[in-house]
Amino acid sequence: MDVPVQRASSRDGAAAVGHAGPAKIVARDVNVHYGEKHALKGVNVDIPDKGVMAFIGPSGCGKSTFLRCINRMNDTIPGCRVDGKITIDGSDIYDRSLDVVQLRARVGMVFQKPNPFPKSIFENVAYGPRIHGFAKSKADLADIVNVSLRRAGLYEEVKDRLNDPGTGLSGGQQQRLCIARAIAVEPEIILMDEPCSALDPIATARVEELIDELKADYTIVIVTHNMQQAARVSQRTAFFHLGSLVEEAPTEVIFNNPKDRRTQDYITGRFG
Amino acid sequence: MSDVLAPPPVGTRSMRRFDATSAEASARVRRRYRAERRFKAYGLVALTVTTLFLVVLLTDVFVRGLPAFWSYSVALDVPVKAEEIDPDNKRAELARKAAELRAQRRSWLGRWFLGPNEADRAPDPLQPIRAGDYFGLTRQALYDAFPGVEGRKERRALQGILSTGAGDPLRERVAADVGLIGQTVHIPLRLSANADLYMKGEGTAFERRAGRGVASPSGTSGDVTILSSANDLADYLVRLKVELSLRAKALRAEADRLERRAGAEQADRIKDLRADADALQARIDQVGGEEELDDKMPSQLIAINGGLVKIEKLGDSSVTGRTIIPLGSTAEAQPGAWQIVTYVTPESLRRVNDLEVAYLERLKADGRIEKGFNWLFFVSGDSREPELAGIRGALVGSALTLLVTLLLCLPIGVLAAIYLEEFAPKNRATDLIEININNLAAVPSIVFGLLGLAVFLNFLGLPRSAPLVGGLVLALLVLPTIIIAARAALKAVPPSIKEAALGVGASHQQAVFHHVLPLAMPGIMTGTIIGMAHALGETAPLLMIGMVAFIVDVPQALTDAATVLPVQVYLWSDLPEPAFKAKTAAAIIVLLGFLIIMNGLAIYLRKKFERRW
Repeated sequence: MDVPVQRASSRDGAAAVGHAGPAKIVARDVNVHYGEKHALKGVNVDIPDKGVMAFIGPSGCGKSTFLRCINRMNDTIPGCRVDGKITIDGSDIYDRSLDVVQLRARVGMVFQKPNPFPKSIFENVAYGPRIHGFAKSKADLADIVNVSLRRAGLYEEVKDRLNDPGTGLSGGQQQRLCIARAIAVEPEIILMDEPCSALDPIATARVEELIDELKADYTIVIVTHNMQQAARVSQRTAFFHLGSLVEEAPTEVIFNNPKDRRTQDYITGRFG
Repeated sequence: MSDVLAPPPVGTRSMRRFDATSAEASARVRRRYRAERRFKAYGLVALTVTTLFLVVLLTDVFVRGLPAFWSYSVALDVPVKAEEIDPDNKRAELARKAAELRAQRRSWLGRWFLGPNEADRAPDPLQPIRAGDYFGLTRQALYDAFPGVEGRKERRALQGILSTGAGDPLRERVAADVGLIGQTVHIPLRLSANADLYMKGEGTAFERRAGRGVASPSGTSGDVTILSSANDLADYLVRLKVELSLRAKALRAEADRLERRAGAEQADRIKDLRADADALQARIDQVGGEEELDDKMPSQLIAINGGLVKIEKLGDSSVTGRTIIPLGSTAEAQPGAWQIVTYVTPESLRRVNDLEVAYLERLKADGRIEKGFNWLFFVSGDSREPELAGIRGALVGSALTLLVTLLLCLPIGVLAAIYLEEFAPKNRATDLIEININNLAAVPSIVFGLLGLAVFLNFLGLPRSAPLVGGLVLALLVLPTIIIAARAALKAVPPSIKEAALGVGASHQQAVFHHVLPLAMPGIMTGTIIGMAHALGETAPLLMIGMVAFIVDVPQALTDAATVLPVQVYLWSDLPEPAFKAKTAAAIIVLLGFLIIMNGLAIYLRKKFERRW
């Protein structure tokens, strides 16, 4: 699938440290409150275009919360308040003029637990393109579905049973179906919230391979509890702790030579 | 650290605070098991009692109601006399007109969509044929089946056997085929409610004894005397005298009681009682002669020479009586050729008199009484005659009412539930609405009836007794149930599905309508069906809006006067005729049947679309 990815040369992006590409997503002083609870405290991060950024940290540290800020999924949670500024290609996603539906078409998401729609495999992938009016014809739609499934590395396994329910697939296949569903709407960014936590090692390996292939075309942000996974798939890693971003650096630096004591403790298994 | 890891010193068992093997511990365990057994026993007792009540209730309803699904009729050859039905001899012309009109009429589907055309609205050309006295024909046919029975009382008894609607099927047969006029039609004629009940066993037991002597009747009809050469009747006379002495005793006891309590005040009454007792005593003491029978004693009859005589005066070897069915001749009947028949239940305790019993028994012996499924119960409206009353009107009324309820409730209820569950802001106002919806579900249903009366009838001026208004009122009643059920169903859909839809860029509404609602639909349907079943069984609010009237016609439109099944049950249960008792129970069976079907459907839907995540 040849997605012409928009590449805005952001001024913030130029400031991105330790990475060749310009910053795709820039977060400045992001605070999130769930009612009284201060869940995310002044996060500043630049996420470079194309490539994989991993968020690691102990449970409840705010990494998923931050991830959900990027496609404004937190809007659906009652009592959740987001302050600060997040820009994608320089435009503020919390700006009033920005439509959340359009944002989510640009920023796809893969969830922790595979959540295919209880519909056919075809319908699962076709749903996004259909509501956004991507396909001009039925053949066009079928083409989008096939290409998406192929990109997600699922096509060969399901090509004979596109009309079977998506919930009938194995866990790993379901997660790849969810990835196919996400890339069918041709996003620029794919957010993955612990995509492998419900999968066995073999399925995890397949998903990781897939992430590796996709990173050439998409900006991928992945939240993971598995530090080996972060080390394997990501170019940059951010460590969150107690709602704050502690350290963000190229992955090798984080794992081999972290600046912060807390990062070191976490990576070496002292806590978390 | 080292304290914990160190091996426990030898012999520390007694140091543990809890010793699972001690006598105290095992006693405690035994107590726990006892408590569990007790709890199980309570549950079992509760279940048994519930089941018992249910079984008793259902058995009672079925035992009472099932006979109403069958009816008895007498099959007779009825001559359709041309001079009665078509005196002007116009039947060929009328039938031709009727056929032409039938050809021009619209089908029911056409009437539904296009409305009735001219032919549909035109009066029935066969009306003059239909207007004939068909009941008269059937009655005459029954008279003809009993030649020689001509007395007014006897004829009235014969007429009493037949339902007043006995001629209706004949009317339909003739209207459908005018060629039958002038011919004789073999047709089952519906029995009256009392005759029907008699055939179903609510009559009397019989005793039959062959005569021992030679019996000689004095005539064939009217009042006759029958002499027997043996004292066949002495036993009966003794029995009669015992009965009389019991009555005399009762009268004296009553007189004594009055004397003790009231004394002089009731002197006249006491005197009368004693005089009656003395008169009875005189009759008992009288030797020979005849004794009168009355309707408080078992009826005695003599079957002789193909006829039947009801004994009015009983002697040792002779009786005087009135013929019910004329005798073939006055020839002497040899011993064993004649019978003394006793109707054990006294006439005053029966709803069919001796004449009717005799005629019914004769018809039965002739094989003319037929038992059939009571279709009329399902195809006719209400009636004052129990044997003609049916539940069609109530069924159609219920269907129309529920249709209105469903059309209002389902969309409003589901959309309200979606709004409250998915879109409404969570603040004090929505909390208040939520609490009120939950409270509305617990409001007594009659209050909704009052509301309907005030708003729909008095303020909006909608017609009384109409399914439209009934449906509106029941919709108010069921709406909270449906909203609560729909909200529960929506809540049960895992949020991950909605998130998935939102994640690919669906708007909130798209996520809800494309993904959440379809998954909640089985739950919503279940809730709706349960709500509808609730509405089907509801009576009180409909009483308030006048759906409790006696309505014979089957309703055709939403604004026609109608009643519904549970109200029909209520109406029938109030009527004094015993035949309506069975009808009431039968209507309850039908109502229960519908409720079971609806609940079964709900369970089926739930099982079929049940999804595990």
